[in-house]
Amino acid sequence: MIKAILIFNNHGKPRLIRFYQYFAEDMQQQIIRETFHLVSKRDDNVCNFLEGGSLIGGSDYKLIYRHYATLYFVFCVDSSESELGILDLIQVFVETLDKCFENVCELDLIFHMDKVHYILQEVVMGGMVLETNMNEIVAQVELQTRMEKSEGGLSAAPARAVSAVKNMNLPEIPRNINIGDINIKVPSLSPF
Amino acid sequence: MALKIVKGSIDRMFDKNLQDLVRGIRNHKEDEAKYISTCIDEIKQELKQDNIAVKANAVCKLTYLQMLGYDVSWAAFNIVEVMSSSKFTYKRIGYLAASQCFHESTDVIMLTTNQIRKDLSSPNQYDTGVALTGLSCFVTPDLARDLANDIMTLMSHTKPYIRKKAVLIMYKVFLKYPESLRPAFPRLKEKLEDPDPGVQSAAVNVICELARRNPKNYLSLAPLFFKLMTSSTNNWVLIKIIKLFGALTPLEPRLGKKLIEPLTNLIHSTSAMSLLYECVNTVIAVLISLSSGMPNHSASIQLCVQKLRILIEDSDQNLKYLGLLAMSKILKTHPKSVQSHKDLILQCLDDKDESIRLRALDLLYGMVSKKNLMEIVKKLMLHVDKAEGTTYRDELLTKIIDICSQSNYQYITNFEWYISILVELTRLEGTRHGHLIASQMLDVAIRVKAIRVFAVAQMATLLDNAHLLTGNVQRKGICEVLYAAAWICGEFSEHLENPMQTLEAMLRPKVATLPGHIQAVYVQNAAKLFATVLKSQEGNTEGTAAQETSQLMIDRLPLFVQSANLEVQERASCILQLVKYIQKLQQKDVEVAEEVCALFAGELNPVAPKAQKKVPVPEGLDLDAWINEPPSESESEDEQPRAIFAKEEPKHSRPRHTEVDEKELARRREARKQEQANNPFYIKASPSSQKVYQEAPGVEHIPVVQIDLSVPLKVPGLPMSDQYVKLEEERRQKERAEKKKKDKKKRKEKRSGRGKKHDSGPESEEDITPAHMVDIVTEEMPENALPSDDDEKDPNDPHKALDIDLDRPLADSEKLPVRSHRAAEALKSPAEDGEAESAAPPELKKKSSKDKREKKKDKDRDRKKSKEEKKKKKHKHEEKEEDLLGGQADEPVVQPEETSEVAALPSSTSAEVSDLDFWLSNAPVPSNTQEAATVAEAAPVPEAASCTAPDSEPDEPKDTELEETKSSKHKKKKQKKEKEEKEKKKKKKHHHHHHHSDGGAEESVQNGTVEEEEPLPPMSNYCLLAENSYIKMMMEDADQVNDIQGNLQDGSQVVVSVIFENKCESFLKSMEFNVLDSLNCKLQRPEGSGPHDGLTVPFQLPPGVSNEARFVFTVQSIVMPQKLKGTLTFIVKNEDSSTHEKLDFKLHFTCTSYLITTPCYSDAFAKLLESGDLKGSSVRLEGVNMPFHHLLARICFHHHFSVVERIDSCASMYSRSIQGHHVCLLVKTSDQTVSIDAKCDEPTLLGNVLDEIKQTFSQC
Repeated sequence: MIKAILIFNNHGKPRLIRFYQYFAEDMQQQIIRETFHLVSKRDDNVCNFLEGGSLIGGSDYKLIYRHYATLYFVFCVDSSESELGILDLIQVFVETLDKCFENVCELDLIFHMDKVHYILQEVVMGGMVLETNMNEIVAQVELQTRMEKSEGGLSAAPARAVSAVKNMNLPEIPRNINIGDINIKVPSLSPF
Repeated sequence: MALKIVKGSIDRMFDKNLQDLVRGIRNHKEDEAKYISTCIDEIKQELKQDNIAVKANAVCKLTYLQMLGYDVSWAAFNIVEVMSSSKFTYKRIGYLAASQCFHESTDVIMLTTNQIRKDLSSPNQYDTGVALTGLSCFVTPDLARDLANDIMTLMSHTKPYIRKKAVLIMYKVFLKYPESLRPAFPRLKEKLEDPDPGVQSAAVNVICELARRNPKNYLSLAPLFFKLMTSSTNNWVLIKIIKLFGALTPLEPRLGKKLIEPLTNLIHSTSAMSLLYECVNTVIAVLISLSSGMPNHSASIQLCVQKLRILIEDSDQNLKYLGLLAMSKILKTHPKSVQSHKDLILQCLDDKDESIRLRALDLLYGMVSKKNLMEIVKKLMLHVDKAEGTTYRDELLTKIIDICSQSNYQYITNFEWYISILVELTRLEGTRHGHLIASQMLDVAIRVKAIRVFAVAQMATLLDNAHLLTGNVQRKGICEVLYAAAWICGEFSEHLENPMQTLEAMLRPKVATLPGHIQAVYVQNAAKLFATVLKSQEGNTEGTAAQETSQLMIDRLPLFVQSANLEVQERASCILQLVKYIQKLQQKDVEVAEEVCALFAGELNPVAPKAQKKVPVPEGLDLDAWINEPPSESESEDEQPRAIFAKEEPKHSRPRHTEVDEKELARRREARKQEQANNPFYIKASPSSQKVYQEAPGVEHIPVVQIDLSVPLKVPGLPMSDQYVKLEEERRQKERAEKKKKDKKKRKEKRSGRGKKHDSGPESEEDITPAHMVDIVTEEMPENALPSDDDEKDPNDPHKALDIDLDRPLADSEKLPVRSHRAAEALKSPAEDGEAESAAPPELKKKSSKDKREKKKDKDRDRKKSKEEKKKKKHKHEEKEEDLLGGQADEPVVQPEETSEVAALPSSTSAEVSDLDFWLSNAPVPSNTQEAATVAEAAPVPEAASCTAPDSEPDEPKDTELEETKSSKHKKKKQKKEKEEKEKKKKKKHHHHHHHSDGGAEESVQNGTVEEEEPLPPMSNYCLLAENSYIKMMMEDADQVNDIQGNLQDGSQVVVSVIFENKCESFLKSMEFNVLDSLNCKLQRPEGSGPHDGLTVPFQLPPGVSNEARFVFTVQSIVMPQKLKGTLTFIVKNEDSSTHEKLDFKLHFTCTSYLITTPCYSDAFAKLLESGDLKGSSVRLEGVNMPFHHLLARICFHHHFSVVERIDSCASMYSRSIQGHHVCLLVKTSDQTVSIDAKCDEPTLLGNVLDEIKQTFSQC
């Protein structure tokens, strides 16, 4: 079972959190902080498994993570999951994000947290691995997106135009978000 | 009104959406909290609007804020509103928000039940999917109970997308509503064989998760999983199954034996590291479960260790880590095999990665020997110095102590060295393990007599420098060491060089800052020291010095008398009074030293940790009886501080309702005497405990080697353990030299030498004598000591509730709750209700009443229920009475199959268990061929049955049967286990019966004949293809179940499974499979290869191993049987040579093999016959001497037909070819004569099929 999936950036800012067991909000934040603390002090060339998250789980649980550019993808899993399998799952997830967002970068995750959740929902459900075939995941996500579009979407076109107008009028809108080179580089790892 | 709407939508234009919110937050970095609070106010406004789009937008933003740590539970009701929107877009937002912030105590959840149910049954699969996903995160016991039945229905949904989600969520439902497990389990099990790999994987996932917690209930699924394991190519599924087997093997060692082979094959053949790793892990689990009595598994261990070494040597840190992790599992049972890789593991200690170092540390435990202990510990001490994080350092500390103290200090040869190590460890900053060091010090000082002088000196130094240990707050943990130091100095004060100084150190005012339990020890041991000091002082000088000492005590003790700690206070005042009295006596010039010393006389002996607990209760003593009146409850508030060294084990005082006879009492008395004799707690006549040990039986084997300390060490100040390494080396050399001398001597005075008493184990092992002896009390246990029941399960574990026997038949009360209004509607016809919801409950009810009559079979039936349910669902027009009859009709159909299974193992009463036993009893047969092959071997009849092809040629004695599968869009479903194939067909048969009975011809159902029907002989579709001294090829015929519509256009493919079994002692490799294509039938080769190229078999075969490969053929016309000649070439590799060999074979594609078992309803069947498109033909079989149902089963099994209808000795059967030809049979029998009238739209095909059927029966 997967107990939690956390995505945060190099500064520990959460980009997506998904707990499969209930924790109160402050506890969730504490777990994120602790996990970030554990994960961030590790070099990039050490192993991706980590024991000792005391807040979440216990001795049966492991943190399995990958670090892509500015983001950490951390899965907290128990011993019924294969360590290498989960690593591959993270890879599948990130590659799926890459496909769905076309060169995914941290900003995609920041502004489309909901969409990332929907993608994740096609990979993991209730803490159990639902699908590992990337094409299948992408296909299902796209079908749902299409369906959303056919319904007009959440913020239909006019609203979007308005928000664009609003943005122009507001001086403090960040024109210079430093997008830089923060694309998540998805290395092509050997397939599972 | 209209205005309001317009106003609303204008407002809405200026609402922030999620992106605006995120941008805003990023823009207000300085006053983020303030900005967000205004946003929340806005959201609150938005939520008040009627417009659902506005609400959804607000909820979406809340989901984001929830991630940032804001409590959004106040909006729960709005979330429910958004969830119930009819638009998918909004619904999805609602469910997402709910899944992020709902939990069991969210009260609005109970409002959602109907909404979720509606969504679950929505025609839009994504509505259903979203609801399932959401539900998986916030399902509550109530929701689980109310929706279990709906979700169970979804498990048979037409869309795999829904099926897999429904299967997965069942696990959550089981957790919250354990009663649903048994009713749902049959269907879940059925999903293990779902044609969609995703669904299958989900089912495996759920069952593995269930089985992990309560493995014994799932043991009966082992054969099924085994089949999946040998047939699946999905690594995810394989890993799960293999992990599951790892949990099952401890329960059933036979399973382990059966697993070793296929797992070894996988280890050899797989390229996926994850799979390899899990295989190795499970092999290790198997080996552990088999650890005794399986000598020939050393090869497997070697293989595992080798593979792990490869992992550890890999540059990928992850593999390294996992390799070490798995290695530590082997270490427990097979330390020898791990020890040979010591170099590698020591190397990992220096790894930059802490996780890896920790894993390597775990392994060190098994690496040490007398020779290298010092060296390894020295290395660890260096790491201790370098380690920055306390966690790692503490880990190092415990490991050092573990390693040194393991098996009674087996590997320590020089205890002075060990004490110095312990003392060095006390210098650690901020460790939590002070008590660990302390208990080691105590243990060593008590048990190793020779070391006491040294230990006491060291401890005295420690006490003197106590300020170093207690200096700052950070070091709190380490001050526990003083507890040990004080006690050792006091208890063995006769060894102190300067007791006065130590006494002084122990009475310093600073001591009062120590924790209470340490102070208490200080006070008590100050008294002991005082006695020693008095003794020495009275001896040599006149009274003044002694009086000064008394005065010192009197001056200092009041400090402790004032202590808040009761224990300290009490001891201090006692001793203070005592000293005052002594002082009085001293003033009268009375010699008191002798008497004071007597207060502390006597020696303490080491006791086995559990000895006291295990002392049997004397007869007549009731430990549970109250001695006084029970105390009132209020006393508990003031709990005594726990003494650290008295590790309190929870007392399991069992009520002793003893009705013991005389004999038993006598035995116990005897046991107790024995116990007392060995129990050092009983003070015996002899004051020397040493003697007692030597006399006691059972301790002779302990290496008590009396040697004089050849290197008297007087290290001033704190010791340096490093010095010992060198010294020890010298000592050993010296010893070796001496030993040589002795040996020479011995040889000279060979006969005259007295039998030296202890010349025992470790010495001879490594030629190293320990410098000190260790007194060890073997743990004496009372004979009637019960095994400790400490490891009770956590009562809060949700999985405890799922510990449910799944083989027991369902009872009435266990059916899943169905919505009541539906049930009421369907009151008259429960079957109809079943059709709507899932046929389970009414069906089960009937079943179980039936079961009472046939108890021994009900397990089996239970297993089938799910399938029956499914079948039943198809019957849309069942009526009550007929259904009842149908229920009876079940029995005849189930019967033959059951009995056939029982026949396989006649002694069993329960078919399920016998299945497993039977399956397991075939352990030695190699992997893939196992199920079918063993069945074939086990039964004498079946070869006949397996030879089906009509025109087998004399030069090729063994026939082949081919199987076809369809690939392309339709997923293959492979059924290897012949038994199960049969089962399935039987079920189809059953189904048709049923249908028939619905049709109104009740009398045709043969109720009466049930019991008389004979068991079916086992049948197999494996047959030998070719064989020589090196290799055996077996063809396998798998059953086809898929419908074929999608596949008709793009030509027909046939998949042939061939099992290769290595029969020789050599390694077979580079196998190449090739056939000579005919015009009609071609082997599919990978793109780019020529038409005559062979296909490489994707594995190699170690001796005795078998494996299966599948080959795809394209067939143009299927009306005629085909024969293809082929060759298998391979290289036989011996140790010294390798030869090229080949084996010729002929592949038979019979017409039967193009047929696919396809169920057909009788009305459709009738229509088909009426259509007149079919051409007829018929055949008569004479002298067929077998029961009709056997005959049918044979046709079904070997020729892929299914029974449409059966009336007495007449049955109609149906099958379809892969190209869509219908084949209908009417089989009649009377007196050994069987007539088969057949119709088919392709006469040639029909003719050939009939010929083949004839052939089948002519052979039996």
